[in-house]
Amino acid sequence: MSAPPLLELRNLSTHYVSAGGTRVVRAVDEVSLSLEAGSTLGIVGESGSGKSTLALTILRLLPPAAQITGGEILFEGEDLRAKSDVEMRRIRGKRIAMILQDPMASLNPLFTVGDQVAEPLRVHEGVGRAGAWSRAKDLLKSVRISAPESRVGEYPHQMSGGMRQRIVGAIAISCAPRLLIADEPTTSLDLTIQAQYLNLLRDLQRQHALALIFITHNLGIVAKMCDQVAVMYAGRLVEWGPVTRIFDAPAHPYTQALLGSIPRMGDTRARLTAIEGQPPDLAAPPSGCAFHPRCPQAMSQCREEAPPEAGLAPRHTVRCWLSMPAPAKSAVK
Amino acid sequence: MSGKTPILEARNLTKHFPVKRGIFAKTLGVVRAVDSVNFSISPGQTLGLVGESGCGKTTTAKLVLRLEEPTGGALHFEGQEIGGLGGNDLKQYRRAVQAVFQDPFASLNPRMRVDAIISEPLITHERLPAAEVAKRVRSVIDLVGLPERAASRFPHEFSGGQRQRIAIARSLTLSPKLVVLDEPVSALDVSIRAQILNLLRDLQAQLGLSYLFIAHDLAAVAHMSHTIAVMYLGQIVEIGDAATVATRPRHPYTQALFAAALPSHPSEQRDELVLAGEVPSPLNPPAACRFHPRCPHVMARCSSEEPVLREHDSRRVACHLYSAPA
Repeated sequence: MSAPPLLELRNLSTHYVSAGGTRVVRAVDEVSLSLEAGSTLGIVGESGSGKSTLALTILRLLPPAAQITGGEILFEGEDLRAKSDVEMRRIRGKRIAMILQDPMASLNPLFTVGDQVAEPLRVHEGVGRAGAWSRAKDLLKSVRISAPESRVGEYPHQMSGGMRQRIVGAIAISCAPRLLIADEPTTSLDLTIQAQYLNLLRDLQRQHALALIFITHNLGIVAKMCDQVAVMYAGRLVEWGPVTRIFDAPAHPYTQALLGSIPRMGDTRARLTAIEGQPPDLAAPPSGCAFHPRCPQAMSQCREEAPPEAGLAPRHTVRCWLSMPAPAKSAVK
Repeated sequence: MSGKTPILEARNLTKHFPVKRGIFAKTLGVVRAVDSVNFSISPGQTLGLVGESGCGKTTTAKLVLRLEEPTGGALHFEGQEIGGLGGNDLKQYRRAVQAVFQDPFASLNPRMRVDAIISEPLITHERLPAAEVAKRVRSVIDLVGLPERAASRFPHEFSGGQRQRIAIARSLTLSPKLVVLDEPVSALDVSIRAQILNLLRDLQAQLGLSYLFIAHDLAAVAHMSHTIAVMYLGQIVEIGDAATVATRPRHPYTQALFAAALPSHPSEQRDELVLAGEVPSPLNPPAACRFHPRCPHVMARCSSEEPVLREHDSRRVACHLYSAPA
């Protein structure tokens, strides 16, 4: 691993500040992780855990109330925080692309599908109208839209949900980005269509050596698609590591509970292991470790002080006092 | 499938929606939303209904709740046909069959306090003194695991999981026999889903409830149900014991559906059985077997002869693969 990672986040924090600076919500709090070219990272967490804010922070597409308060976003060795707005605009859609949850909301109903797929090519690569239009047809074919010659002139409302999401995929890969961030890309799709779409994304990833970030609350998608998983809780990265390792031996009690709470096929347990309590309110998070009120193994230390990040192995970190008593390990990261 | 009278039985249940257009409301066709569906639910048991959007699950639920009138076939509740019920008998039926919906943000009136929401069914169905109503409200609030002080609050003061508990409490005030659960956990956070699924199972054991459980999450349906029915374009293609159907599906559509379900572990290997194409329009479903244009095992018979549900390998399946040619 001598080559620098494609994306590296170092102690990244994003806070929402409201009411004249008196209310601060730490939506993303000191997150560090890295992603190699061509690999897949799953970011999981409940609603409000900060996973979407993290994605918007990477792309610097945050709403005005949000501020990146610290840390670095290194993409291909360059810090995206230092880029000007103009430079960022050249990166978005060209080197980093994004797929959002609802394809109907991310497509413009007034433009044909061909115009929308061709737009990034015209903007970023200066391709002419006719050239972009014919590249759009090839892109539609690569996302397995049948009869691309006629579909290219149609409007989004003429297509089904699965097709629309594939169009969004075609737009995302049009300029051959290095990194694709997909925020809940399949939640609005049916099960068999979801399977089609995930396989399509995997094929595109292999063809173009794309790195993928999946933002999801569905651990099944992580199990199917990802090499690494980052678990977020109340704005913090509570555990990050290789996917098989985390599914086999989760270190953080929240990860353990999350894995125990999903029903599995062919599982004969009468009861699921439920996580008691409610997800925390980020405007008034619990003291110390934010998970302590729901944690079955909480100790007095957990209420008082937030645990620092500890390395369990190369590229496997956890924030939990239970994993702390090995100081030799935690020194190496 | 027990000797007892089922709580609910559907016999050739059918609902067709006419599609009309123009000022003279000319009928252009019919959507066969539910087409000759047969199933039964035994006391204290759960029937899980699975299928993709547009397959008729929700229309079936609406027919069971009598929010829609069937255009054919019948529903029998404890042996009595409900189509002919009116007046007092219908009121009794509505008491015995309750529902919990997907989105607890939409199903609770934001301007009513929790005790008013929960006691409303009692007030419309029974004449009880206020003290008795308050007592019943307290007991169901306790039953669903909410604190007693919840009664005087408004829905917006609660999180999604707690709101779903309020909706469940409301469905239980009249001591129903059957509860229709239409996607009861899909709007909730992952860490909360297990709480609600556990609560529903505990309530079933405690009160002897029957459930009609509709959901997208196949593992959750398999976990909750005694029987699973798989629907495709308005018809049941496979129905049987939950563990049997979930672990050894026979109909090619059920196989594809369960193969498309996401793995629970990264090392879990599945047969990649990804269906081509999408669900056709129910306005113009394919002839004979409705699944044949997408089926990987399609034969000549499939486009000419409609398969019927037949007993095969301890479940019932509608597929020509398992029946000898006539």
